[in-house]
Amino acid sequence: MALSKKDVEHIALLARLGLTEAEKEKFAQQLSSILEYVEQLKEVNTDGVEPTAQVTGLENVMRADEMAVRPKAEMEKLIKMAPESEDNLIKTRSVFE
Amino acid sequence: MQLNELTISQAHEGLKKKDFSSVELTKACLEQIKKTDDKIKAFITVTEDIALQQAKVADKAGDFSNPLTGIPHAPKDVFCTKDIRSTGASKILDNYIPPYSATAVEKLNELRGVILGKVNCDEFAMGGSGENSGYFVTKNPWDLERVPGGSCSGSAAAVASDMCLYSLGTDTGGSIRQPAGFCGITGLKVTYGRVSRYGVMAMASSLDTIGTFAKNVEDAAIILKHIAGRDKNDSTTPEVKVDDYSAEMKKSIKGLKIGLPKEYFIDGMDPEVKDLVYKAVKKLEELGAKVVDISLPYTAKAVAVYYIICPSEVSSNLARYDGIRYGMSEESDKLIDIYQNTRSKYLGAEAKRRIMIGTYALSAGYYDAYYKKGMQVRTLVRNDFKQAFDKVDIMVTPTSPTPAFKIGENANDPLKMYLADVFTVPASLAGICGISIPAGFSNNLPVGLQILGKPFAESTILRAAYNYQQATEWHKKKPL
Repeated sequence: MALSKKDVEHIALLARLGLTEAEKEKFAQQLSSILEYVEQLKEVNTDGVEPTAQVTGLENVMRADEMAVRPKAEMEKLIKMAPESEDNLIKTRSVFE
Repeated sequence: MQLNELTISQAHEGLKKKDFSSVELTKACLEQIKKTDDKIKAFITVTEDIALQQAKVADKAGDFSNPLTGIPHAPKDVFCTKDIRSTGASKILDNYIPPYSATAVEKLNELRGVILGKVNCDEFAMGGSGENSGYFVTKNPWDLERVPGGSCSGSAAAVASDMCLYSLGTDTGGSIRQPAGFCGITGLKVTYGRVSRYGVMAMASSLDTIGTFAKNVEDAAIILKHIAGRDKNDSTTPEVKVDDYSAEMKKSIKGLKIGLPKEYFIDGMDPEVKDLVYKAVKKLEELGAKVVDISLPYTAKAVAVYYIICPSEVSSNLARYDGIRYGMSEESDKLIDIYQNTRSKYLGAEAKRRIMIGTYALSAGYYDAYYKKGMQVRTLVRNDFKQAFDKVDIMVTPTSPTPAFKIGENANDPLKMYLADVFTVPASLAGICGISIPAGFSNNLPVGLQILGKPFAESTILRAAYNYQQATEWHKKKPL
């Protein structure tokens, strides 16, 4: 599956990756050859085959619906890690413009 | 013998008998790091003060009844270690200091283990050579112009060159087994879910496993006993009994049925590797095992399945690195620019490649053709193993098609790099356990033997591997 520069730009936007022009060209080539390789799976007959999402077989591993109290010092450490914070909240740019 | 050259077992005996202290043992490792790491470059962060402090605590308590107490180790940098910088070998976490430790690390901390520092790897565990690290390329101690393997490049190099007595790593498609093979040491990949992944930077959540690098099988068994088990913080750890691996491994392998999957012994593979593996199988037969020919027909499709599923899951797991809550961040007025600029500046090429393949494979219109198809063929690969394990107890294969390649040899060809994973990837898709042990040398480079076992049958593969190491000396050889 050959990817065009426009395809790469679309994927990069979905993935929130800013790419340089040189990167777009390089990746278009490399991604195309990788995708071409994985396309061989088209030839495999998978009629009636269940997809494997996970191998443990576990389902609905639950815990009690209780709030655990974490130490204040830990919470402060976490908030401090963000580039910007205010009133014990992490601050970001507006999502909707 | 220098203290840092000891195995965990040997060091444990010495500490118990008070032949030496944990501080002395730790100092020997730190000395070795100072002497050799300029050349090898296994460590991203060395924690000299913390290590000596931890060793002092172990010595002061004076209780060395547990074999891991006072023993110096260095986890792969994808493990969160509380208050110790953890980068995942990515520049995007260059400044990240976790407020908590991974469960596996915490278990070792509770036993008063000693953390020497954090070792290098491919960025977020993505790679098969170590060349994708955001920091520097770790060298193979057996030949400094060659790769140590990946993604656990630093772990393998550090253990092989006696800078630490063991290292925790992760294996998603072969990242423990392959470098262990390239560096002549023992690398254990556990069954998916055997060891908690809590606190380990996620790469592919249905494939990631936590495992060990050790100087021999005896040590691997010791570590496994202490890190395996159900963890309420990781719901993919089933409630399965943790065996007494150290006792189980010593049992005989008489009558053990070994499968040789014909798809792993193909034309065009390195003849010396093939030869060494056949010799190893002969040795196992001498020890009482029986060889059965088997077939895993979907082997040739496994790499393609892996390189759809893995990048898809990667694209999801790496979305959290967005410059908002932690890690490096590029300032901007617009949110979209923060995301794009942060990720483009600080993520490496392989990370970007996999994110993009995954994004494409999961995107509208392509999900069925790629990800769903991949999951279905994964079922077929898994069934191959299920059926074969009805006939045999373990399988033996080469770990890699060749010994360690030269730095730069595959760096410009991502697809060629992926194809080198051909022998390790299928077991990852099936979620089974596997171990790579030294089986000889080709042109003075280590060659690894891979032993695969049924889910949660680590005891069986450790038993085969231990018996082999009792009858051979490959694992005792050290790089000059």
